[in-house]
Amino acid sequence: MKGTSSRLAEIIAKHEQDLLAQWIKEQTSAVTQRPDLMSEAELREQSRALLNGIRNAVQRGRLDDITGSEWESVRELLDEVSRGRARTGFSPTETAMFVFSLKQPLFSRLRAEIREPEALADELWTASVLLDKLGLYTTEVSQKSREEVILRQQQDMLELSTPVVELWDGVLALPLIGTLDSARTQVVMENLLQKIVQTGAGIAIVDITGVPTVDTLVAQHLLKTVAAARLMGADCIISGIRPQIAQTIVHLGVDLGTVTTKATLAAAFVVALERSGATISKGR
Amino acid sequence: MERIPILKMGEFLLVTIQVDMHDRLALTLQDDLTEMIVKNRTHGVLIDISALEVVDSFIGRMLGNIASMSRVLDAATVVVGMQPAVAITLVELGLSLPGVRTALNVEKGMELLRGSLTATNGHARRQG
Amino acid sequence: MAMPVVKAERCPVRSGDNVVRIRQIVRQWTVELGFSLVDQTKIVTAASEIARNTLDHGGGGEALVESLSEGGRRGLRLVFTDKGPGIENIDQALKDGFTTGGGLGLGLGGARRLSSEFSIESRTGEGTCVTLTRWK
Repeated sequence: MKGTSSRLAEIIAKHEQDLLAQWIKEQTSAVTQRPDLMSEAELREQSRALLNGIRNAVQRGRLDDITGSEWESVRELLDEVSRGRARTGFSPTETAMFVFSLKQPLFSRLRAEIREPEALADELWTASVLLDKLGLYTTEVSQKSREEVILRQQQDMLELSTPVVELWDGVLALPLIGTLDSARTQVVMENLLQKIVQTGAGIAIVDITGVPTVDTLVAQHLLKTVAAARLMGADCIISGIRPQIAQTIVHLGVDLGTVTTKATLAAAFVVALERSGATISKGR
Repeated sequence: MERIPILKMGEFLLVTIQVDMHDRLALTLQDDLTEMIVKNRTHGVLIDISALEVVDSFIGRMLGNIASMSRVLDAATVVVGMQPAVAITLVELGLSLPGVRTALNVEKGMELLRGSLTATNGHARRQG
Repeated sequence: MAMPVVKAERCPVRSGDNVVRIRQIVRQWTVELGFSLVDQTKIVTAASEIARNTLDHGGGGEALVESLSEGGRRGLRLVFTDKGPGIENIDQALKDGFTTGGGLGLGLGGARRLSSEFSIESRTGEGTCVTLTRWK
């Protein structure tokens, strides 16, 4: 079998230090090198560890399959390197180039060591396929770690409670941001009503500037919140209604007739102040 | 017999509902309250339901009836202190208590009554 | 229908005091099940509506309160049965504002909105059975 009878293992083992020196030189002069994200010492250490891992793996394992147990430590190393680089801001391509850049020094070494053309071609092919696989593996890991980051951020966003803020004595504001589903709306609604009881605020402004779309369900939830607040003895003003949303609300046939609505939070605040008996005057 | 107490607070009457209401109690309350309104010539009634954990359509109807009866006797009614969970449930139930005025607590309810009284008092003086 | 019932209790629905008692049981059990305050209030109110229906329109009957645990979820089921005149047109009875008893006509439709699952079976002249469930 070509995969196991390769001279690759022997050549890497014999010239490891040399290969490493050349590889690092290669990387530090390449355009994909990012001294802003990673120090040279760190790069040196990653390169050394990877080459060392590859040397150990090719001595024992297959060269055409990196999923075996012999490659485990190499995979773990690449996992760590890819995740670490993704976190610090390397692109997946830049991370993959880290592995691919080993090709040049390795290939030159192979050319120097193997005189027979056919054997050289075979070895080059084997080495090339192997490094491609390792490089693609880093891309896969980068992608996975990015997905994990996105997932975590989504979770964080869900957990972000919608804060109810006190704008003035007796005036609360609830700036809604993001998509509203029933579960979230229920939490938001309960928070607002609870806060009304706590503060004794007679007026609450629900601002929907940050809500991308308002469908029938969201509109109904808003109306229910307004109705519940009224039952408790507080007035609600809905503000931040963008032109498209005004159009959708009318097209959906939602009746906001009994609810005070304002285009902007500022306009709603003025109404709230007037209702709570405050007067506004511009300074000289 | 069990009764819901009605307190005279200055010019207003205050009803604090604390027990789980049943039919008989509700009817007695309507009797007692209308009598008190006439006897005290009061123009405002506060119904404090902050201690009520459940308001179903029966109690909702009773509150609406009391408000209507008081209005006939020239007294305004304000329901105060409804709990958030109760308000959310009433809205879901489809009960919006039209014609019943609300306030967050007794103090704000009194303010509301005083406000509406000064508005009508001027009218009354001109008549007298 | 083989729902694991953790515990169950039967209560008569013969008087206003019985309705109050049912509300108390439902409240206590939903607290034990860990329902949020709003969810507690919703199911207690729904129970009150249906119990009153059973009393006023069904001529009294019986309520079965069951605490459920199915897989990871827990809930409370209420079954109200009476041997009254029955409901002729269930769809109509579920509509808001429909009333035969002089009330607001929100009982059945309102209770359905307050429940996770809701069903009515009724035969004219034989009686009515209303089942409502609320999951945590």
